[in-house]
Amino acid sequence: MTAQEVTGDVLAVTGTALVAIAAIGLLRLPDAYNRANAVSKAASLGVVCVLLGVLVLMLTPFTAVILGLSVILQLLTTPFGAYAAARAAYRSGTPFIAATRREDSRAPAADDE
Amino acid sequence: MILIDILLGTLAATMAVVIWRLVTGPSDADRVLAVDLAFVTFVAGTALLSVRLREPSELILVLAATLVGFLATIAIAHLLERRPR
Repeated sequence: MTAQEVTGDVLAVTGTALVAIAAIGLLRLPDAYNRANAVSKAASLGVVCVLLGVLVLMLTPFTAVILGLSVILQLLTTPFGAYAAARAAYRSGTPFIAATRREDSRAPAADDE
Repeated sequence: MILIDILLGTLAATMAVVIWRLVTGPSDADRVLAVDLAFVTFVAGTALLSVRLREPSELILVLAATLVGFLATIAIAHLLERRPR
């Protein structure tokens, strides 16, 4: 195995492990806000690692353009998607778990744009 | 190639978890998050399948799924937010 293959495999394994950790978080964490935390952070870093690993494994100008554009788009759009999902959860009145400490006592959906 | 097969199996298990959360999610917000992770899993799986099949043109699907996944998450979150209760 060349150094290129080892680097690509390590990146692909790391990214897949992060996506799997996001799935474990989605399965095990207690409420929607905790799950949004797990999904947004672990999944965005994981998919970027997988795409960079695939780029190292198949390094041509075509794949560099496609995967580079995909990585940039993922990094730009995944946080905003998770933010929109969490905001929609809050505004639609999704219940918190009992252990949540809330600094503000506003009811959900009190600040309507 | 064995390694890529194992990674694809892991992503399949991830997708099973996503479908379970999509079906039994206590609230609709959990379903939005499940769709988000489903698109992430699809993007990663398509990229790894492109390596497995040695077919670089399949990476076009990665780019398309990235855009569709973002728009789908935003659209479903918007529907959830604007839904009359």
